[in-house]
Amino acid sequence: MTNSFHLWLIPALPFVGFLLNALFGRRLPKSAVTGIALLTTAISLVLVANIALQHASFSSPHVERVATWIAAGPLHVDFSFYLDQLTLVMLLVVTGVGFLIHIYSVGYMAHEEGYWRFFAYLNLFMFFMLVLVMAESYLLMFVGWEGVGLASYLLIGFYFQRDSAANAGRKAFVVNRIGDFGFLVAMFLMLKHFGTLDIQNVMQHISAHPELQSGLLTGIALLLVLGATGKSAQIPLYVWLPDAMEGPTPVSALIHAATMVTAGVYMIARSHVLFDRSPTALLMVAFIGAITAFFAATVALVQTDIKRVLAYSTISQLGYMFMGCGVAAYSAAIFHLVTHAFFKALLFLAAGVIIHALGDEQDLRAMGGLRHRMPVTFWTMTAGVFAISGIPPFAGFVSKGVDLYATFVSPHDGKILWALGLVTAFLTSFYMFRLWYLAFWGEPRKAPAETHEHHGRREGPWSMLAPVAVLAILSLVGGWIGWPPALGGTDHFERYLEPVFRTEAPTYEQVSIAMAMGQPAADVSLQPAAPPPDLRTERLLTAIEFLVALSGWFFADLLYRRRRDTIAREDAQTGGVYGLLKNKYSIDELYSAIIVQPLTAFARIVLWRGVEEHLVDGAGNVAAESAQGGGQLVRRIQSGNIRSYAGWLALGAAAFLIVVIYLERF
Amino acid sequence: MGNSVPIACYLGLAAVLFCIGISAFLIKRNIITIFMSIELMLNAVNLTFVAFAHEWHQLSGQIFVFFVMVVAAAEAAVGLAIIIAIFRSRETLNVDQINLMKS
Repeated sequence: MTNSFHLWLIPALPFVGFLLNALFGRRLPKSAVTGIALLTTAISLVLVANIALQHASFSSPHVERVATWIAAGPLHVDFSFYLDQLTLVMLLVVTGVGFLIHIYSVGYMAHEEGYWRFFAYLNLFMFFMLVLVMAESYLLMFVGWEGVGLASYLLIGFYFQRDSAANAGRKAFVVNRIGDFGFLVAMFLMLKHFGTLDIQNVMQHISAHPELQSGLLTGIALLLVLGATGKSAQIPLYVWLPDAMEGPTPVSALIHAATMVTAGVYMIARSHVLFDRSPTALLMVAFIGAITAFFAATVALVQTDIKRVLAYSTISQLGYMFMGCGVAAYSAAIFHLVTHAFFKALLFLAAGVIIHALGDEQDLRAMGGLRHRMPVTFWTMTAGVFAISGIPPFAGFVSKGVDLYATFVSPHDGKILWALGLVTAFLTSFYMFRLWYLAFWGEPRKAPAETHEHHGRREGPWSMLAPVAVLAILSLVGGWIGWPPALGGTDHFERYLEPVFRTEAPTYEQVSIAMAMGQPAADVSLQPAAPPPDLRTERLLTAIEFLVALSGWFFADLLYRRRRDTIAREDAQTGGVYGLLKNKYSIDELYSAIIVQPLTAFARIVLWRGVEEHLVDGAGNVAAESAQGGGQLVRRIQSGNIRSYAGWLALGAAAFLIVVIYLERF
Repeated sequence: MGNSVPIACYLGLAAVLFCIGISAFLIKRNIITIFMSIELMLNAVNLTFVAFAHEWHQLSGQIFVFFVMVVAAAEAAVGLAIIIAIFRSRETLNVDQINLMKS
C-alpha cells in the first residue's frame, strides 16, 4: 500500500488535546475543555473509522515511519506505526469506546473539581494507548505501555485528597513496575539475540530460524507474560486492579476494564509467533488465565461494593482472554477482548449512573428496587449482565463460547482448562445476576429519608445515558460478527484476523506433537493442521455453556429475589468459606506480610537506622567532630603570646636545621 | 689581616650571639631588653655575612650587612619611638602587661 494514512495523526490529536487542556485548561471555561477533549478524540475516531471503511482488508500490513528515534550502532529504532487487521480492531475499540466514555464523562464529571485535569489525563491516556496499539517496535510499545500506566496512576489518584485513592494509585504503579521489569528484560534478551526490537523483525527472525531452541524463546515469552500479568491484572500481579476502583467511574470503565488492561492480551497476540514456538510459555499463559478467571470469580461472589464486583469480574474475564491466548486461539481471545470492552464498559458506566444518582453510594446492600426509578439504566444494565453471563444472543455468549470451544479442543490440558472456564462461567452468571437482583429488584433497602435529596433527580443527563445506550446495543450485536459456523454463522471476525495469526512456521499443535514424540521443535515440518472443526461437539459445548449460565441465573434468582433475607444473612456470616472470599483470600495481607513488610522493615532497619543514620549521618558527624577536635587541639598554640610564637618559631627553625644538617647525610 | 682565624670561629661566635639573643628575647619581660636582644640577633647574622664574604671573597655579603644596618637603624628609631609612646600611655615596659588586644 503506497498511500499514506497519516497514522501519526491518530495518537497526536489526543496528545494535542492533552497539552491544551493541561496547560490552559485551568483558565478555560468548561465548555472549551470539553470541546478540546471531545473533538480531538472524535477526529481520531473518524480517522480510524475512515481507514476501517476504506481499507478494511489489507493485502499486507501497512507500516508508516515517522522519524528515526534511536540510531546507535546496530541498534536502530524508529518512530513508526504498524497497521494490520489486529491493530485496526484494537484502534476501533480504543477510539470507539474511548470516545463514548469521553461523552459520558462530560455528564459524570460535570460537578467535580479539576474537570480540566480529568480530561487532560483522559486524553493523555488515549494518546499512550494508541501509541501502544500502533507501535511497530517493542520499545515504542513500551513507551505506550508505561504511558498508560502513568495515566492510570494519575486517574486512580484523581481524588488525591483521599488517602485511599492516593495509595491505590501508588499501588497500581508499583505493582505494574514489577511487570514492566519482565517486559524490559525480555526486550534486552531480544536485542541481544535478535539484534532488533522491531516486532515484525523479531517474529521473522524467529520464523526463519527453526533451530532456535525453545529455552531462549520460553524465557523471553515468560518475561513478556510477566509484563502482561502486571498490565492485565492476572495472578500474581492482579492486586492493583480492585483498588484502582478508587478512581472516577468513567476511568474504571475506560482504563481498568475496556482498554488498558487488555494491553497484555494484545501484546501476547501481537507476539504470537514467539509464543507459538514455546508450548511451555503458552501452557503457563493458559493456566494463569484459567486460574485467575476462576479465582477472581469466586471473590466477586461475595463483594458488596458494586464497582468491586465489576473489578473482580474484569480480572476474571481477562483470565478468559489469557486462556484463549494460552491455547493459541488468539483471534478468540481478541474477540472476547472486543466484546468484553463493550459490555464491561457498559456495566461500569451503568453502575456509574447508579452511583451518581444515589449520591456516591456504591454499596449494593443500600440499593434495591431501582428498576422503577431508573428504567434506562435498568434495561442497559440488563443487556450488560446478559452479555457477560453468556445468555444468547448477547455478545458475551458468542465470544465466551468461541473461547471455551478453542480451549476444549486444545491438546494440552484443554479439558481441565475448559472445566475451569465452565465453572467460572457459572460463577460469573451467578454473581452478575446477584448484582442485578440486589441493585434493581426488591424494595429499596436504604430508608427513603437518606436518599431523599436525590430522590427527585433524573437518572442522569443525556450525555451519560446515550453512551450507555450505544454500548448496550453493541453488547447485543457486537458478538454477531464472530458468530461461529457451528451455530449457523460465518465467523467473520476470525476470518478477518486470520492473516495476522497465520504463521508460516510450525504451529503450536505441530510443535507440541513433535515435542511429545521427543523431536526438537526445529524438525517439525508443516504437517497437516488440526482436525477439521467438530461442529457437533461445538454445538453440544455451547448448549452446556448456555445451561450453565441459566443455572447461575436460577441460583441467583433463588437466593436474591425469592429469599429476601440472603443479603442480611451474608452480613452476619464472617467465618468459613464466606469469610475467606469476603477477605479476597487475604492475598493483599499475604503480599503485605511476605513482600511489603519485609521490604519496609528492611528499609526501616537497614536503610534508615543503618545506612541513613549511621553511615550517611555518621559520616557527617565524624567529619564535624574531627574538625572540632582538631580545632580544640591546635587552638592552644594560638595563645596570643608573642614570646611563645617566637619560641615555636625558634624551635621550628632549629628542627628544620637539624633535619637539613643531619638527616641529609643518611 | 691574615687568614689565621678559621671561619668556624666566626660562625661559632655568631651562633652563640644568636642564641643569647633568642634566649633574651624569650625570657626577658622588658621591651627595651627585648629590643636589644633583637639587635643582638641581627648582629649575629651580620657577623656570619661578613665571615662568609671574607671567606669567599665576595662583596655582596658586606653590602648585605650595610642594608641590615640601615634597616636596624630605622627599626631602632621607629621602635624606640613606639616604646616611648607605650611608656607614656601605660607607665610600664613589661610586655606581659601590654595585652590590651588579648581577650
